[in-house]
Amino acid sequence: MSKVLAFAELRDNKFKKSSFETVKAACGIADRLGVEFAALVIGSGIESVAKELGNYGAARVVAVDEASLATHSNTAYAKIIAEIAKKEGASLVFLPASQMGKDLAPRVGVKVGAGVASDCIALDVVDGNVVGTRPVYAGKGLIDVRVTTAIKVFTLRPNVFTAKPESGTATVEKVSVPLTDTDFGCVVREVKVAEGRPDVTEADIVVSGGRGLKGPEHFHLIEELADVLGGGVGASRAVVDAGWRPHDEQVGQTGKTVSPSMYVACGISGAVQHLAGMSSSKYIVAINKDKDAPIFQVADYGIAGDVFEVLPELTAQLKKTLGK
Amino acid sequence: MKVAVCINHVPDTETKIKVSSDGVSIDKAGVNFMLSPYDEVAIEEGLKIKEKFKGEVTALSLGGDSHKETLRKALAMGVDKAVLLKDEGVRDSFGVAAGLAAELKSLSPDIILFGKQSIDYDGAQVGTLVAEMLGMPSAAVVVKMDVEDGKVFCEREIEGGHEVVETKLPAAFLAQKGLNEPRYPSLKGIMAAKNKPIEEKPAVAAEIRVETTAMKKPVPKSAGKILGTDKSVVPELIRLLHEEAKVI
Ligand SMILES: Cc1cc2nc3c(=O)[nH]c(=O)nc-3n(C[C@H](O)[C@H](O)[C@H](O)COP(=O)(O)OP(=O)(O)OC[C@H]3O[C@@H](n4cnc5c(N)ncnc54)[C@H](O)[C@@H]3O)c2cc1C
Ligand SMILES: Nc1ncnc2c1ncn2[C@@H]1O[C@H](COP(=O)(O)O)[C@@H](O)[C@H]1O
Repeated sequence: MSKVLAFAELRDNKFKKSSFETVKAACGIADRLGVEFAALVIGSGIESVAKELGNYGAARVVAVDEASLATHSNTAYAKIIAEIAKKEGASLVFLPASQMGKDLAPRVGVKVGAGVASDCIALDVVDGNVVGTRPVYAGKGLIDVRVTTAIKVFTLRPNVFTAKPESGTATVEKVSVPLTDTDFGCVVREVKVAEGRPDVTEADIVVSGGRGLKGPEHFHLIEELADVLGGGVGASRAVVDAGWRPHDEQVGQTGKTVSPSMYVACGISGAVQHLAGMSSSKYIVAINKDKDAPIFQVADYGIAGDVFEVLPELTAQLKKTLGK
Repeated sequence: MKVAVCINHVPDTETKIKVSSDGVSIDKAGVNFMLSPYDEVAIEEGLKIKEKFKGEVTALSLGGDSHKETLRKALAMGVDKAVLLKDEGVRDSFGVAAGLAAELKSLSPDIILFGKQSIDYDGAQVGTLVAEMLGMPSAAVVVKMDVEDGKVFCEREIEGGHEVVETKLPAAFLAQKGLNEPRYPSLKGIMAAKNKPIEEKPAVAAEIRVETTAMKKPVPKSAGKILGTDKSVVPELIRLLHEEAKVI
C-alpha cells in the first residue's frame, strides 16, 4: 500500500508540466520517508499517456478512465481522488497548484478530513513530518506550514519544482470509481483555447509590457520578442485597466503570479503590486528609460533606455542568434 | 433570488510586511486594511444579480471587529444586510470556511459569491471548501456569469484559455477580476450604510488543520547591473543571458 499519492493533471490527454513537477516532488518525499508512492490520473482514453509518468519517478500509476471524465469536473474528480486516497491508505496527497489542482484540493480536503497547504514552493521533511513553505501577501512573506490532520494535502506551485525526465517504466493499473449524475455538479460545455502563446503562469519566459509602451498599437513589440523566445505575454495593471491588454495577462498582486526562468519587463515602473507577482522569477531583465525606476532594484540585467529603440533591436538580434 | 457574498478584510496591497514578535504572523501596527479586491468584484456581481432578479444580497465576513469596516463598504456599495461572524482568534482556511458554512446553511442562499482568493494568505481555498461543506457545485476563477431560470452559465479561466460551464442552483462562484467593474459607493450609499445595522454573532468553533510554524521575509533580490542606456548594449545582454544566466 502506498502512502504518498500525487494527482497528475491532464488537459486534452496531455500532461501539464506542473503535473510532472508534482509527481517528481512527491516521489522525492516518498523516498525520504521510505514509503510507497503512486500517481493518479483521471480522464478518458488515458492508459498509454499514463505510462509517461514512469519518466518522472512513478513506478505505479492508478488510472481512472471513463468517457464521462474527459473534461474536468471538480466534484467528480475530487470524489475519485478522495476514494483512491482512502483505498491506497495514502497519508499524503499532492496536487499541482494549477487552476485544476486549486479547484480540487479543498474538496478533497473536506472529503478525507484533511488540511490543505496550498501553493507550496518548497517541501521538507522534519522529524518525519512534511513541512511546506508557501508565499503569503503575494510573496512579501513566506510561511512554513505543517498540516495537523492524519491525511495531509499539499498543492505545489507550477514552475518551481524541477522535473527533468529520466527514463523509467510505470505499470498502469485501471481502477474504477462508481459515479452517478449527481457527482457532476458543474458540466463543461466548451473549452475555449487561446491560440498561440503559452499562459504566463506556465511559460518558461514571460515578456511583459507596461504604460511605457504608450498605447495598445505598440504591443506588437512585446509580442514579437515573446514569439522569438517562445514565451508568454504579460502586462502591468495600468495597461490592463486602460483596456490595452486582456486582464488574463495581468501580472501582479491582483493578477497572476509567475515564476519563469526569465521575465522581461518593458516600460514597467515596478510598483510593489507588480513586483509581488514576478519577483520570484529566476532572471529579470528590465528595459525602462528611467534609471531610478524601482524595477531595476530587482532586475538582474537592466537597460536604462527607450523601449522603442531597444526592443526592436533585441528582437532582431535574438532572431539571428536563435536562428529564427 | 437570495444572494450571499463572503468578504474578507486584508492588508492594503502597498503594505510592507514586518514579521511580528510571535514569529508566525505579520506585525499589524501601522498596516491599513481594505476589502479584498476580488471580493469587491463578488459584491458587484451580487448587486447585478439582484438588480436583474430582485431579492436580497447579504454580505458575510468572519473575523474580529475590524471586519466591520469592510462590511460597511459592502453596505455602502448597496448590499441589503451585513453579518459579522465574530472571532478575534486565528483561523486557517478550513476554520474560516466552517464558520461561513454554518451560517450559510441557515441562510440557504441560491447563489454564494466569493473572491477567487484573499490577498493576505492567498489561499484560494475558502470558496471551494464552503461549497463542498454545503454539498453544492462551484465554479472558480469566473470571468463571466449568466444567470437564467435556476441555471448559471459561466466562463472560468484555465491556463491558456477559458472553460464554459453550466450549473444548477444553488451553487457557489469564485470571482476573478474582469467579471465586472465594481461600482464606487455613492455618497448616498455611504450615508445610508452608516444607519444600516451589522448583525453580529459568534462564529462556530473550528479546529486548526494547517499550522504556521514560522514566518520569514524572502531574501531580497539584489539589484543587478544596468548594462547601458541604449541599444548598443543589446549584444552584451544576449551574451549574459546565454552564458551567465543560461536562459536562452
Ligand atoms: C489594489 C491594487 C492592486 C494592484 N495590483 C496590481 C497588479 O496586480 N499588477 C500591476 O502591475 N499593478 C498593480 N497595481 C498598480 C500598480 O500600483 C501600478 O500602478 C502599476 O503597476 C503601474 O503600471 P506601469 O508600470 O505599466 O505604469 P507606470 O507606473 O506609469 O510606469 C511606466 C514606466 O514606463 C517607463 N517608460 C515610459 N516611456 C518609456 C519608454 N519610451 N521606454 C522605456 N520606458 C519607458 C517609465 O519610466 C515608467 O517607469 C495595483 C494597485 C492597487 C492599488
Ligand atoms: N474571513 C473571511 N470572511 C468572509 N469571507 C472570507 C474570509 N476569508 C476568505 N473569505 C472568502 O473566501 C475567498 C477566498 O479566500 P482564501 O481562501 O482565503 O484565499 C475570499 O475571496 C472571500 O470571498
